[in-house]
Amino acid sequence: MKHIIEPLGDQSLFIIVGEEISPDIHHRVQAIVEEMDATWITEMVPSYTGVAVYYDAMQLRKTYPHSSPYERAAAYVSACIDSIAGREASSGRTIDIPVCYGGDDFGPDLPAVAEHNGLTEDEVIEKHTSREYLVYMLGFAPGFPFLGGMDGEIAMPRKEEPRLKIPAGSVGIAGSQTGVYPLETPGGWQLIGRTPLSLFLPEKTPPSYLQPGDKVRFFSVTREAYEQWEEEE
Amino acid sequence: MIEVLEAGLFTTIQDSGRAGYQKYGVSVGGAVDTVAHRLANIVIGNDENDATLEMTLQGAAFHFREAALLSITGGDMQPRIDGVPVPMWRPVYVHKGNELRFGNAVKGARTYIAVAGGFQADEFLGSASTYLQAGFGGHEGRAFQKGGTLERNRSSAMSERIVDQLTEKRINGPFAASDWWVSDMAVPMNNQGEAIRVFEGRHHHLFEEESIRSFTEEAYQVDTKSDRMGIRLKGEPLNLSVKEEIISEPVTFGTIQVPQNGQPIVLLADRQTTGGYPKLAQVASADFSKLGQVKPGDKVRFMMIPHREAERLLLEQEQYIRWCRSAIRRKVEEGHI
Repeated sequence: MKHIIEPLGDQSLFIIVGEEISPDIHHRVQAIVEEMDATWITEMVPSYTGVAVYYDAMQLRKTYPHSSPYERAAAYVSACIDSIAGREASSGRTIDIPVCYGGDDFGPDLPAVAEHNGLTEDEVIEKHTSREYLVYMLGFAPGFPFLGGMDGEIAMPRKEEPRLKIPAGSVGIAGSQTGVYPLETPGGWQLIGRTPLSLFLPEKTPPSYLQPGDKVRFFSVTREAYEQWEEEE
Repeated sequence: MIEVLEAGLFTTIQDSGRAGYQKYGVSVGGAVDTVAHRLANIVIGNDENDATLEMTLQGAAFHFREAALLSITGGDMQPRIDGVPVPMWRPVYVHKGNELRFGNAVKGARTYIAVAGGFQADEFLGSASTYLQAGFGGHEGRAFQKGGTLERNRSSAMSERIVDQLTEKRINGPFAASDWWVSDMAVPMNNQGEAIRVFEGRHHHLFEEESIRSFTEEAYQVDTKSDRMGIRLKGEPLNLSVKEEIISEPVTFGTIQVPQNGQPIVLLADRQTTGGYPKLAQVASADFSKLGQVKPGDKVRFMMIPHREAERLLLEQEQYIRWCRSAIRRKVEEGHI
């Protein structure tokens, strides 16, 4: 597999396997994460185009007193990638997420997204629920998924003035991306609805409802169904 | 039990960080000056990862309802126990009923307090660090307020020995301290004015030549908007020669990112796990302490070194910390206090 390995810090490196956001590159990233396993790896962080590997430089130095820990780590990583050859990453789960669309409190920007794209609000919901989204990575906040695969016909730039508080569960659009806020945070996304599901699960391991590699589908629920769901959560 | 009489500007419980959960978007957190945090623990016989208190710019005040073995490291906030100046970087045994008070930071920005056994704290995902964004860990997931209380965990056998030796010392005053200390010469914040060492970041080559020159030749001023997430710098703007869209990718402690306005940001402990700004440079781990001790208004300079040199400096620093640990153990075994 074609790849580049570069230092990230002096106790971490970054493996780059592509230059764009695509399911193919994502699968390569996932395959690498699944393949690597060494006691000196402290953490692996997959992203759109590669994987960061954090390592214990002291442990590597102890085992290989005459080598650079980075070079040792890079050599291991390279060998791992070569051994993957054409093997595919295991396919992720498919997860359905209920969303109550629209309304001044849940999806205040739904009318703006519709108008921006010359659609009705129902058409925006239709397009948002008809696709399967890939969880490329988690970041920005605990459990926040970077989803790919949104229909370009419902794209809209971020708000010029970010909101100071976006409630947990808010579903939004930023450019050609869609996402769900797991925590109350400030943010500039156009909000189109809200899910009763908690994406950040502080009491669980892993603490995130979604994982890199999962596929996500949204489905529209009424406010009554939303409230019932929330009670059960 | 220890009572918090004054909380200071921003005081939180921290340990060495919450590793292993970045892939779920969970920040690493932990002490910003990890060397000061670790040494605070080491000098009193704690595990180096035990929870300490991190105070920022303006210190707190405490009332000790019971005697305690403690240590103070990092920035100098002129600590006093019942009015008597307290020496730093060494074990101090404070008697029951005394008050420990800190002032403003006269040197550095962050001061650490460790107590024997470590502070009791809420654990979240295996770490006691305060995770402000999510409101978990440490002390109810937030900074201390006046009137809070602190409890200690069980002391190690080594801490007990240090306590025995300090109580045998005949001292007239509110506390007893060892004659030895960890040399703070080794702690980079005492070399103020010395440049922060960096190596090239992944997008270094995308910057204008003139910007690359400015970055190491000009001084950058620390902005007041800096916090545990990052140090915001003001100075000669740094521009890309090629306007390239950067796809979000992992960042780490000490990553220097440059947003569109050309003003660099150095990421610290509470950084997000990924970032979408070009990475100009990366601070060497051996200079993280220096980063943790800069304060708003300070001028910082950067010096480019090869990655290999950063790695060598890191290993040297770790060796020094390991040496400190065994030297202290020896002192305690020999009964030198």
